[in-house]
Amino acid sequence: MSSLSVSDVPRIRVEDVSVTYRTSLERAPTLKSTLLRLGRRERIIREVEAVQGVSFRVPHGKVMGVVGANGAGKSTLMRTVAGILPPTAGRVEVHGRVSTLLSLGVGFNRKLTGRENVVLGGLAAGLTRAELAARYDEIVAFAELEEFMDMPMRTYSSGMYGRLAFAVAVTMHPDILIIDEALSVGDARFRRKSLDKMRELCGEDRTVLLVSHALGTIEELCDEAIWMHKGKLRMCGEPAAVVEAYTNFLGVREDAVTMEDV
Amino acid sequence: MSTAPITDRSPASQPDGQERRDEFTSERHVYEPHRVGLPPLLPYARELWRRREFAFEMSRTTLRAQHFNTAFGQLWLVLNPLLLTCVYYILVDILRLRTGGVEFFAHLMASLFAYYFVTDAIRQAVKSVTGGGRLILNTAFPRILLPTASVITAFKRFLPTILLFVPVFFIAGLDAGPHLLWLIPIVGLLTVLSAGLAMLVAAGQVYFRDLKNFLTYALRIWLYASPILYYASEVPDRYQFLLVLNPLAPLLAAWSDVLDRGLAPDAADLAVGALWAFVLFVAGALFFMSREREFAVRL
Repeated sequence: MSSLSVSDVPRIRVEDVSVTYRTSLERAPTLKSTLLRLGRRERIIREVEAVQGVSFRVPHGKVMGVVGANGAGKSTLMRTVAGILPPTAGRVEVHGRVSTLLSLGVGFNRKLTGRENVVLGGLAAGLTRAELAARYDEIVAFAELEEFMDMPMRTYSSGMYGRLAFAVAVTMHPDILIIDEALSVGDARFRRKSLDKMRELCGEDRTVLLVSHALGTIEELCDEAIWMHKGKLRMCGEPAAVVEAYTNFLGVREDAVTMEDV
Repeated sequence: MSTAPITDRSPASQPDGQERRDEFTSERHVYEPHRVGLPPLLPYARELWRRREFAFEMSRTTLRAQHFNTAFGQLWLVLNPLLLTCVYYILVDILRLRTGGVEFFAHLMASLFAYYFVTDAIRQAVKSVTGGGRLILNTAFPRILLPTASVITAFKRFLPTILLFVPVFFIAGLDAGPHLLWLIPIVGLLTVLSAGLAMLVAAGQVYFRDLKNFLTYALRIWLYASPILYYASEVPDRYQFLLVLNPLAPLLAAWSDVLDRGLAPDAADLAVGALWAFVLFVAGALFFMSREREFAVRL
């Protein structure tokens, strides 16, 4: 049984949270189709229960790993914790400033340059211009993209894209960092660097939620792990135990392929 | 090792106003099921103000993408309404068998520029939320900044067209006096009106993705229904009520009175125009804010 009373206040408290999407099966909702449907009472809507009744806490300064198959609701849960998606039921309480690195996107607009994206993202996240200016060089240096910052991001390779995303997220000096499947970006050297950076961040006084398919990373970096399965929290406990149960469930061996970033 | 979810839950604290108030602030956040309802207004406004730079930067970026900061980019921006003014001038001249002269040209130009300011804001805003997809999916911030940025963009594109009007103003021999100061509150009201409509269409587009297509026609009809190709005073009495029902008409009438007829604006025009502007602004803001927490799910 994992002990949860390690720390005073939980930084993140998720209580019985459910998120239900109502996805329309139409391509996009339009006025025309609504008018055409008027009178007929059919509704082309399907409910997707992406997260169902999940509760967990992350104490101050701890690293929580999240594992689960594709479509298990991990990213939805992370978005809810970040305050982007409202929960359908339950309650999320977060103490501190959150920086998100969700699914490699971080809201970059491919038409804009790297510099513009960094500035816009930072301002949207609530940084002041002075704070941004102070961090800008650090971001560029970490991403090693000096000569590309004034080029539109559509000219970036996916590795460069991910590197900038990672650099932005870790340089925001957040109290809480949410990282979603982002460690496997860039070439081998950058992966090494980002893993080192993650170690550094995890070692600091910082709360981290880490979603990864790299089970070795989860075991190494996390103090605790949860396993999401089909929207439900299947297990919560020691990372090694969770990873073992998860790999047993998946029926794969803990070999190099499952344990490391591929 | 446990295979069950953590169950040691503290008694859930009540979702009182104290907690809801901190939606975007930096220290404590509580997220709960949202009813379709308004976020707490005062903290929302505070947070909006804190991130105002985002709206300006967003607008700057949009303009940069449109080559606004190059000489030819600006030229293109003023060339378009200028040519349109010529087209409409010829059209009206033929249709009405009237030689309006340079004064009518001035009226047409001034009115078209004001009309383009308002509709440019609406056109930019309609795609501001749906086009902001990735940012919205990955960052928590007051979404109202997005249509606000559109209005700022439209305003910046409107300013150079005023310069273009200056020579026309003098060629037409119009009266430059202190009454021109009336333009400041009128532009202010036009901006408030634009912002209200911008928020309405930006939120509307999330629910009806073809709103943008319908809008093209609506704005075209609006052009003909507003006192642009004609003077407000020329409208027959039995149709005057249409001008009161058109949110843009009173302000355009006031705009035209001041700018190309050398008059002080009609008090009734100003009052009705201000009423429309504020009603639409409040309606737009309330609609947008009550819906915005749902946007991430809808995109």
